[in-house]
Amino acid sequence: MRKSNWLLLVLALVLSMFLVACSGGEDTDDTTSDDTNTSDEGNSEENAGDGEQVFNFLNGDTIPSMDPNMVTDTYGIEFTTHTMEGLYRLGEDSLPVEGIAIDHEVSDDATVWTFNLREDAEWSNGDPVTAHDFVYSWRRAVDPDTGSEYGPYMMGGVLENATEINAGEMAIEELGVEADGDYTLVVTLEKPVPYFESLTTFPTYFPLNEEFTEEQGDDFATSTDTLLFNGPFTLENWDSVASEWEIVKNENYWDAETVQLDKITYQVMKEIQPQIDLYEQGEVDRAGISSDFVDEYSTHEDYQITPEMSVFYMKFNQTRNEALDNVNIRKAISKGYNKNALVDTILNNGSIVATGLMPADFAPHPETGETFRELNGDLVEFDAEEAQQLWEKGLEELGEESVEIEYLTDDSETAKNQSEYIKNQLETNLPGLTVTLKQVPFEQRLDLDTAMDYDIQAAGWGPDYLDPNTFLDLWVTDGPNNYMGYSNPEYDALIEEAANELALEPVERYNAFLEAEQMLFEDAAIAPTYQRARAQLIAPKVQGVQTNPFGSDYEYKWAYAAE
Amino acid sequence: MTRYIFQRVIYMLLTLFIIASISFFLMKFLPGTPLNVENKLSPEQQEIILEKYGLNDPLPVQYFNYMAGLVQGDLGISFHFDSTPVSDILLGRIGPSALLGAQSLLVGTVLGILLGLVAAINHNGIMDYTSTLISVLGKSIPSFVFAGLLQLVFAVQLGWLPVALWGEFKHTILPTIALMIFPLATAARFTRTEMLEVLGSDFITTARAKGVNEFGIVFKHGLRNALIPLITVIGPMAVSLMTGTLVIEQIFGVPGIGEQFVTSVMVVDYPIIMGTTLLFAVLFVVIILVIDLLYGIIDPRIRLAGGEK
Repeated sequence: MRKSNWLLLVLALVLSMFLVACSGGEDTDDTTSDDTNTSDEGNSEENAGDGEQVFNFLNGDTIPSMDPNMVTDTYGIEFTTHTMEGLYRLGEDSLPVEGIAIDHEVSDDATVWTFNLREDAEWSNGDPVTAHDFVYSWRRAVDPDTGSEYGPYMMGGVLENATEINAGEMAIEELGVEADGDYTLVVTLEKPVPYFESLTTFPTYFPLNEEFTEEQGDDFATSTDTLLFNGPFTLENWDSVASEWEIVKNENYWDAETVQLDKITYQVMKEIQPQIDLYEQGEVDRAGISSDFVDEYSTHEDYQITPEMSVFYMKFNQTRNEALDNVNIRKAISKGYNKNALVDTILNNGSIVATGLMPADFAPHPETGETFRELNGDLVEFDAEEAQQLWEKGLEELGEESVEIEYLTDDSETAKNQSEYIKNQLETNLPGLTVTLKQVPFEQRLDLDTAMDYDIQAAGWGPDYLDPNTFLDLWVTDGPNNYMGYSNPEYDALIEEAANELALEPVERYNAFLEAEQMLFEDAAIAPTYQRARAQLIAPKVQGVQTNPFGSDYEYKWAYAAE
Repeated sequence: MTRYIFQRVIYMLLTLFIIASISFFLMKFLPGTPLNVENKLSPEQQEIILEKYGLNDPLPVQYFNYMAGLVQGDLGISFHFDSTPVSDILLGRIGPSALLGAQSLLVGTVLGILLGLVAAINHNGIMDYTSTLISVLGKSIPSFVFAGLLQLVFAVQLGWLPVALWGEFKHTILPTIALMIFPLATAARFTRTEMLEVLGSDFITTARAKGVNEFGIVFKHGLRNALIPLITVIGPMAVSLMTGTLVIEQIFGVPGIGEQFVTSVMVVDYPIIMGTTLLFAVLFVVIILVIDLLYGIIDPRIRLAGGEK
């Protein structure tokens, strides 16, 4: 008896200690965060006391590759862009500005582009950056032996013969790029590509020093020692497994006097909570905030939201479920779920409702500068009543009382929450509808997509260049990303026209795209859901950082640390 | 003894061969391809790239090629970290994991034994109950919960230690503590139970009767016998630490191998998945072998076949 009393007492004591520790933790958390805020300022004064131009950042993962022909992931693209430079670079408002090229002339038929290169650009080993470096690199990118993924994707159908060379049907020397002397690059395109200028800012199109690259062989771009730089920064202390590294101002960069930052240090941290803790302690100048932390930090004075250009939508597979072959059913679903509530409560990170395919603030009109979204307006909005009418009409046409539809999504936490919510919304607003959820890992979803083995799928897309075509050519009949049996000859014709006859008529071409997007939603081919945003804590001293709609997320050439 | 070891090593290699074969085919069932932007490439373009990596060959051919390389000690080249040999990545990553694992196993087991010992001597006393409570908590609360608590208390509130990241000794302290809770709890429970049993056995009574002092009873006669079963669990404990580091590495941002393993599965990087699986497998069988050999040293009653010669 006495013993068990003892036991109970000890148990109670320890438990209460835990409880106190936990609740005390939350209470004091607030006060300490205030404390650390003040000490944070103290720290940053210490750091920036002598006007030191240094940022300390965290990176969500290691950099898997620094080979510009090979990079496909966010970080590879970002760090090759910081340390290297192509013909042009994305400057203010993400418009291409001078890079290794000073300017260019375009032939009358718009297929031959002649770039004039600067003569004062150098590689970090002292070699000049010449037109030959571009020829070598572009050929390497489409060479099937290189195994590049973005090579055929970004160059195929753009550079003359790129597709044939990649398929092994032509020699790499046949690629439409030539050096005319050391500082003139002549590029022949397969057909007019109005957005070619923006393509040249992408890593796949960066130059490579042939002698150095060949000398390094398989080791090329696997560590700092096996890299050459020609961009605003150099990458230091890096190799494939490095969990910390720096980018340091490149004094040999042709425009070094513009670059104000001396250094940015990076450490790998995937988890969000420690990122925030490190930020609050003043160890780092930026931290990511995921949806579950937004409520806690949205009132933080350093809380910032940056919109991204990725749009998420439902794909309707018209070939598997008879119901989805019916346009009224598709329309009803498109309008049948409340996107505002989804964005505000489930995502809760600054993401905005998407009412069309083209993201907000993307692809301005070539003359007026109005954005695509402003011009085409809200094409698909939530309207429960209209959705219900369309639904009933659709059911009547089908001759069915009820319909069962499978909804395929990723299995991440946010994807799961979203799909539960959407299922509930649709089943409430569209009587007779049963939604069965199928949640699978990302890779598996792509397999099911290719096999067209789904009814509705939650998918997303981000731009690969600055042109409406990057979103709209996905949906042409049998297009490489269609995989949903959507086919509208008029739509195909518009996209085809934009790519060919209208290639030299910017305004008409733009109008064709506007019309194509409208058509896409008259057919209710897809249902736009939301446009993603990034929530972060960013230290006030971090200034002049640009974010880009495609390519590298960040641009630091013009960044500086404020006092 | 030599013959026994030789025999065991042969079995070990056989085990590894079977593990390698099974994992190879299981891995091929993973959805997706090692391509990173497969949704942007046409099927023809995908073919061209897969061809380059030899992934279009029939499965038996791929298997044979991989095994042939493996026998020569070639783990292949990573797809994700393009053109980086798998061995470089494993070597670059094993250090932090091994350090954390060794530190937590060592400190955790030693403290656990002490705790169990105190509990057994103080049977049904307050120390005994405290020890039991710690063991129960340690076994039932997952290490990542401890990790979060430790970060909150010692890093965020008290500011004694860094929240996360890697580099100096101070960075290893919190992850080590978070990881060692499990071995500590396990060791404490085992030591206590075994000690109680041993202390109650006849030869202890005999020793007492012969006038052996309490210190000699506890450490020389008691603990030595009580530790034998503990050695059995150290093996699985070490292995569970390997998987335990997986979460802990993530939380503390430790550039270790567990974290690499998770990433490689996500990006379908076949060579790295195989490399890490085999590394874990090798560690596992080696630990088991070492433990079997240790038995003989600690308990003279267990002599291995042919050992007398």
